[in-house]
Amino acid sequence: MNWMGRKWLILTILVIAVIIPQVVTNKYYMNILIMSGIWSIVALSLNLILGYTGQVNLAHGAFFGIGAYASALLMLKLNMSFWFALPLAAAIAGFFGFLIGLPALRTRGSYFAIGTLCFNIIVTLIVDRWEGVTEGARGLMGIPGPGPIPLPWGSEITFKTMAAQYYLVLCFLILTIFVLRRIIQSLVGRTFRAIRGNEELAEAVGIHAMRTKILSFTVSCFFAGVGGVLYASYIGFLSPEITDYHVSFDALIYVMIGGVGTIVGPIIGTLLIVTIPETLHIAAEFRLLLYGLILIVMIIYLPRGIVGWVKDLKGKRRQEVAWEKS
Amino acid sequence: MVLFFQQLVNGIMLGAAYSLVALGLTLIYGILHIPNFAHGHKYMWAAFTSLFLVVNFHTNYWVSLFIAMIVLGLVGAGVERLVYRPLRNAPHVNSFIAAIGLLLFLESLSLIVWGADFRRFPSLYDKPIHIFGVAITLQRLLVIVAAALFIILLQLFIKRTWLGATIEAVAQNPEGAQLVGISIDRVSSLTFGIGTALAAAAATLIAPVFLVYPTMGSMPNLKAFVVIIIGGMGSIPGAVIGGFMLGLIEALGGGYISTDYKDLFAFGALVTFLTLRPMGLFGKEVR
Repeated sequence: MNWMGRKWLILTILVIAVIIPQVVTNKYYMNILIMSGIWSIVALSLNLILGYTGQVNLAHGAFFGIGAYASALLMLKLNMSFWFALPLAAAIAGFFGFLIGLPALRTRGSYFAIGTLCFNIIVTLIVDRWEGVTEGARGLMGIPGPGPIPLPWGSEITFKTMAAQYYLVLCFLILTIFVLRRIIQSLVGRTFRAIRGNEELAEAVGIHAMRTKILSFTVSCFFAGVGGVLYASYIGFLSPEITDYHVSFDALIYVMIGGVGTIVGPIIGTLLIVTIPETLHIAAEFRLLLYGLILIVMIIYLPRGIVGWVKDLKGKRRQEVAWEKS
Repeated sequence: MVLFFQQLVNGIMLGAAYSLVALGLTLIYGILHIPNFAHGHKYMWAAFTSLFLVVNFHTNYWVSLFIAMIVLGLVGAGVERLVYRPLRNAPHVNSFIAAIGLLLFLESLSLIVWGADFRRFPSLYDKPIHIFGVAITLQRLLVIVAAALFIILLQLFIKRTWLGATIEAVAQNPEGAQLVGISIDRVSSLTFGIGTALAAAAATLIAPVFLVYPTMGSMPNLKAFVVIIIGGMGSIPGAVIGGFMLGLIEALGGGYISTDYKDLFAFGALVTFLTLRPMGLFGKEVR
């Protein structure tokens, strides 16, 4: 697709995304869409460290949970407004990412995966047992939603309706895509990919591998935290399960099925995996059974996900066309 | 003092079970260099298999242990053939994502087949014995003895038999092993089979002490990973020593400091090791 065509496609998708709440009034479907938006942010952020930097982070659920719990506690215990809690909680998630990254990123491959998985379990355990702060297994209740934004001419934007919540999530999704895209396309993003390709080689051309990985990890955790905050204020209730490593696995599934190392992949993966089973009303245990099977089959036959597969098909067609012309 | 010895015995029992599970994991890592995240879920399936045999067919405990080992050994070899072999030349990342798929599949399949209930494994050996004021059930003692036996048998198998030597050869140098005519495919299947059978033995031994339920595998699975990181991935003595170390850390930490945070000690130990000595006690290099 040429540059102009791509621009029109993005614009069309944006227009559809903006119109949807005017057309879909069913609360059930709106809920699914909002959840897909939140999970897309999480999947996109995981993709930065997993897809672009090549480090299998299995603690994303923990950072999502840290963002969610941090914002809930800031709002509930310190009466902070959502608009201050959001950046602060995301920064806390990012800071934890930085702290954990220092020891964990010294290791590679499987060690990093296991190390982060174990860190995730530590976080879930602490959230579950530290009842004085997190209320333990009972969970945190009554987390307030975002407060109204006053407009200069006297009126204000409120976030009481489903449609307003949807637009809020959509805004943050677009913001996340925009920021991550800018990072990925910058020189810094290239150093990320250099490390994914070959860490020794990257160091040989003067890239500080540790510093680069930490940067990618911190940014990734920051956006996972953003997803967590949106989740907390939308659902209004948090329990330790939301920090569980199964959340990390879910995010991994979204990224892998959609297409690892692409911008649209995680969003497509999330939309498919969140919406299809919900609309078909598949029971939870069968859903996981299916996810497991799909993940195995995908990784063997389509390791680059749906988007990677489509790209390969296009590449092949282009080659064939070139062949016929010559 | 009695408390100390009680916790010591508990720690040794836990350690014996961890060692067995971790042995299988470290064997598999040594050959295929993949962290088999679904190891604990095969352990869980083994517990259900022997429970099913004991409850429905009134099979003798030791016979069902043996059958569970064979069944799960075959499952392990099948999984290697179907899931891991097609991924052997792909990046390592892919094989452990496949392992996560396998883990989700096995866990939800067992939820569908067995239900979410916690089941008690009927034990013949649950009478407590008192030694110097320390109470221990015969079953717990059996876990220690049987685990020790399996560890010795495995060591003899690898060091003294021709088949075992092929496993060691592939672990040390896959290309060299292939040059002298060892089939990597067969050794991989064999290793996966043995590794999974060891987990099956551990599951059947420990099942009467704890309960049997679909998510029972995830903690031992993670603990086994902690063990092989502490011991050094791919190292057999590392897995045994690491297993007992972890069992003791947990039992003594749980007994003296806090039972609430018992599981935290294991993962705390892991983080400490990753920071200070990422290659583990017996590991050579960090991959």
